[in-house]
Amino acid sequence: MAVTDVPSQETHGEVDAEELEEIWADAPGVPGFFSTIDHKRIGMRYIYTAFFFFFVSGLMALVMRSQLAAPNNHVVGPETYNQLMTIHGTTMIFLFNTPVLAGFGNYILPLQLGTRDMAFPRLNAFSYWIFVLSGIFFFASFLIGKAPDGGWFGYVPLTDKAFSPGINLDFWGLAIVFVGISTTVGAVNFIVTTFKMRAPGMTINRVPIFVWSILSMAFMVLFAVPAVTLAAGLLELDRLFGTAFVNPHLGGSVLLYQHLFWFWGHPEVYILFVPATGMISMIIPVMARRPLAAYLWVATALIAVAFISFGVWVHHMFATGMPVQAMSFFSAVSLIIVLPSGVQFFAWIATMWKGRVRFTTPMLFGIGFLLIFLLGGITGAMLAVMPFDWQVTDSYFVVAHFHYVLNGAVVFPIFGAIYFWYPKMSGRRLSERWGHISFWLMFVGFNLAFFGMHILGFLGMPRRIATYPSGLGWDDLNMISTIGGFIFAVGTGVTLINWFHARWWGKPAGNDPWDGDSLEWSTTSPPPEYNFASIPVVASRHPLWDQRPLPTASSTGDEATKSLGPEGAEHHETPETTGLDARPQGTLDLPHPTYLPFLLACGIAVFFVGLLIKAILVGVIGAAALVIALTWWAWRTEVDLA
Amino acid sequence: MRGRRAPLALAVVLLTTFVACSTKRSPSIVDPKGSEAHTIAGVWWLMFGLATAVYVIVGGFIIVAAVRGRGTKEGRPSRVRDNTFVWVGGIIVPAVILVVLGAATVHASNSLRKPETNPLRIEVVGKRWWWAVSYPDQKFDTANEVHIPVGRPIEIGLDSDNVIHSFWVPQLGGKVDLIPGQHNVWRFKATKEGTFRGECAEYCGLEHAKMNFLVVAQSAASFDTWALRHQQPQSEPASQLAANGQVVFMRAPCAGCHTIRGTTAHGTIGPDLTDIGSRLTLGANTVPNTEGYLSGWIVNSQTIKPGNLMPPIPLSSNDLQALVAYLRSLK
Amino acid sequence: MSAVTAAVPVPEATAPTKGEGRPTPWWGMACLIMTESTLFAGLIGSYFFLRASSKQWPPPGIEEPKVMLALIFSFVLWGSSIPMLVAERGIKRGNERTLRFGLMGAWILGAAFVAYSLYDFHELHFGWRNNAYGSIFYTTVGLHTFHVFLGLVMSVVVQIKAWLGKFSKERHVTVQVYAMYWHFVDAVWLVVFPTFILSPHIK
Repeated sequence: MAVTDVPSQETHGEVDAEELEEIWADAPGVPGFFSTIDHKRIGMRYIYTAFFFFFVSGLMALVMRSQLAAPNNHVVGPETYNQLMTIHGTTMIFLFNTPVLAGFGNYILPLQLGTRDMAFPRLNAFSYWIFVLSGIFFFASFLIGKAPDGGWFGYVPLTDKAFSPGINLDFWGLAIVFVGISTTVGAVNFIVTTFKMRAPGMTINRVPIFVWSILSMAFMVLFAVPAVTLAAGLLELDRLFGTAFVNPHLGGSVLLYQHLFWFWGHPEVYILFVPATGMISMIIPVMARRPLAAYLWVATALIAVAFISFGVWVHHMFATGMPVQAMSFFSAVSLIIVLPSGVQFFAWIATMWKGRVRFTTPMLFGIGFLLIFLLGGITGAMLAVMPFDWQVTDSYFVVAHFHYVLNGAVVFPIFGAIYFWYPKMSGRRLSERWGHISFWLMFVGFNLAFFGMHILGFLGMPRRIATYPSGLGWDDLNMISTIGGFIFAVGTGVTLINWFHARWWGKPAGNDPWDGDSLEWSTTSPPPEYNFASIPVVASRHPLWDQRPLPTASSTGDEATKSLGPEGAEHHETPETTGLDARPQGTLDLPHPTYLPFLLACGIAVFFVGLLIKAILVGVIGAAALVIALTWWAWRTEVDLA
Repeated sequence: MRGRRAPLALAVVLLTTFVACSTKRSPSIVDPKGSEAHTIAGVWWLMFGLATAVYVIVGGFIIVAAVRGRGTKEGRPSRVRDNTFVWVGGIIVPAVILVVLGAATVHASNSLRKPETNPLRIEVVGKRWWWAVSYPDQKFDTANEVHIPVGRPIEIGLDSDNVIHSFWVPQLGGKVDLIPGQHNVWRFKATKEGTFRGECAEYCGLEHAKMNFLVVAQSAASFDTWALRHQQPQSEPASQLAANGQVVFMRAPCAGCHTIRGTTAHGTIGPDLTDIGSRLTLGANTVPNTEGYLSGWIVNSQTIKPGNLMPPIPLSSNDLQALVAYLRSLK
Repeated sequence: MSAVTAAVPVPEATAPTKGEGRPTPWWGMACLIMTESTLFAGLIGSYFFLRASSKQWPPPGIEEPKVMLALIFSFVLWGSSIPMLVAERGIKRGNERTLRFGLMGAWILGAAFVAYSLYDFHELHFGWRNNAYGSIFYTTVGLHTFHVFLGLVMSVVVQIKAWLGKFSKERHVTVQVYAMYWHFVDAVWLVVFPTFILSPHIK
């Protein structure tokens, strides 16, 4: 039989490990940097790059808050304020939240599934390069002083050539299309990896909830991102080539843009939020030392959210004067989407209820998340109530609401996840004490910064204003909000310093610092390039809790099982398993490091630069590089993938 | 436990702030002076009650759940099954609340924005960054100030010939967007007299923050007086200074962009100035309409509202004085 | 610890599956097709949205699209799926000759369609800047034509590999995935054609 019951990593000894190291290692230095396709290196890169954007865009938020601290303030003028507002929103959504979750997905998902890499490692690298190049592309606008100022949502006709003639908005529109490639390719990779790469025995009802959440996110991406690509793409066709999509004088429609934008925009909220709940669903059970309550309910809720999220987009357009009957449908669906979140919420409460909660830093962020998301969810349900929405939409109430959801309920889990998984990624622990300090600063600062904004909305303060007069009762709350913003920023800075310290001087973490239940804790910290010398065999939802010692498979002569054992790692292979019951089905030759993804991404970047500066030659060069790289890729496919 | 007080503290802050703020002069949606704002404030107070209850109860559950296993070895057992938590807390209770919210939505939206007989029709066009206001039945124009009679149904037609704006008077009701290529109508009634702050609520570019206006709700009689006065052509300037000012107005670039009914000034780029002397504010509710601000605005409005379309007008101090006197005489 | 553990014996979990599962590239292409379908669905939705917000469609001065020639070449495109099917079936049985000629046949039919499309664009009396109708027409039909064109380019790579004998009964995932793409592009035309060519005739 294809199995030994003794953990084979140890029996195979040190010699093998060294040999494997050699087989799997990237070239050292710069060549390795550009050619690596290791999901762990790519995942880390995603996280670091995204956090760079987080801190830059957070500093911009502090400048905006300083401007709004007092009435009639002159820290920045309206022009700069509008640019900061646009960059802050666009960066946080497209260049921080989405990619940082993709980063965690990249790093953790293959480890949790018990495989040696993603299904398409080269596409994975490609998707990272696209992300970073589109980020550079977007921020280039800021560096040359032509930052876009149309708001992160880029409503037409304000963003059309007639009202924004400069190159500024082209940076924005093209960057949206550009970065969409990365998100889409990443989603395909997550879906295929989840369905085809699970360790034997990890049937679909034993998949960790984090994987379910990434899967749900990936499906939403597939169906949502084309809409924003279209919205920004049609806008750019109008801007660059003079088509008439958004020009009402020529039969175009300004509302078409809004429909397309929000058809993506609302699922996008869940694209960000769902993986964050997946992180929470990993952290809470481990810290409460018991399995997640109502696993099937939670998994179903994650899938349900993905479906329902496509029926709510019009609630962003309640004030556009559509017929009330048509809008009522969307109002109702927007209320219904509360239910899947309610299910998850009480699954977490039930988990803690019967467990024994350890108040570690990840758990603090988890509880902070629960308290914040509770309010964000409640205000979200309120916004679905159409007449109420007429009053508060585009007011500071909405700013408060979505910061409770996108900052509180997404950034808090991400910080929790850093404290939770960084020991696995680096082999070193972050300081718990500084983690606690960071959490409390962030939690207090967050509520100071954003709670008052609910009230500001009630007091009639509209969104996106660069300044306001005194005497409207807005002054104190804005000052408090600014102070809170700075406290929050200091809290994130504490974690940055904590990371910096742990990176070089942190205490060793060991394989399983939290007594976790999923497979990533069974390998070393940091994991070897090949993740698992022998693939673990799963017989439970919580293999590390229920299967001691964790059995690992060994190879046999069969094509389907030959890569299960250390021989598979030696041959640079990983097993392919069936979609639902995860039975061995075949063997995948994992590709070796290559520059192809980087070249392909560069070709696309050059193409976009050509569009931006309207230089046909540059566009043609980019397209040519793209075609060459693609052809090369297709040419080698039969060599690398059977 | 520090976290235990958080939800309570939040609720207290919320309540006290609302009480505190109602005494200030905020354009507050919970200080309604119009039919729509009243209905929506009612919906809000219902939701506020529900939300507070939900937050306190669920927040309490979170805190209790987090701490109740402390000091035990394997957690404290409970007779409540995991799925019961999910069924009751995650499905049944929220579903009941959602049904209530749904009913409130249907009830409120059915009673709002319905056509009524004999409305006062007003046309508002969003400009960058001010509001052109006209009364089609009375046939006169004004800007940045909407006068309405209390109690009579109002129908405001909303259009834009540039970018999207949104018309919002928090104390009277919710927003309606001004969308190029689409004619929207907002129907409501004012229930109390007063002067209410209105705002552009859709980001519309550089001076979005300074695109505000006033709604003056007055008794039917005083509205009629106001409207009647506007239907008369402007009389000749009363004083010599004002007469000089009129000459300056026609000679300087002013008339190219502004209209003063009864004169040869027919410009349409800037706001109609026929009643500028009686308006409360300048620059779309940016500064009060005083002699000083008016002079300042004429000489260089870019220092007050950078980026607006009016260029600086260099005038001798005599001319400026006369022009200001003339404009302030236009009631 | 967990009650749900229906302890499956380890040997059973690692026993190879009997039936043949789909290879990973198949799944990848299926995902790509899903997202591309959404893109085209968005364009078709935009078409009807613009149409619903216009008084006259097509706008004054533009005739309804000519159906006859378009229909003929539509059948040429749809017909190209047949040699593609033949090619796939051929290589599944290890018949490289059938593969080569099937691919070639599909390529010729596809090329004929692209040639017709370019001719048709040339013949149209409106541009894509004049009005929203022109914009959405050129964008959608053009994007579809570009997809066919891309298919032809990819086909060249696949054909060269086929002629060099790189495919066999066991190793031909490129052919499988490429054929999926080709059928998808044909299927898109099944929706784009009625929307853009036929529906303007329905008043």
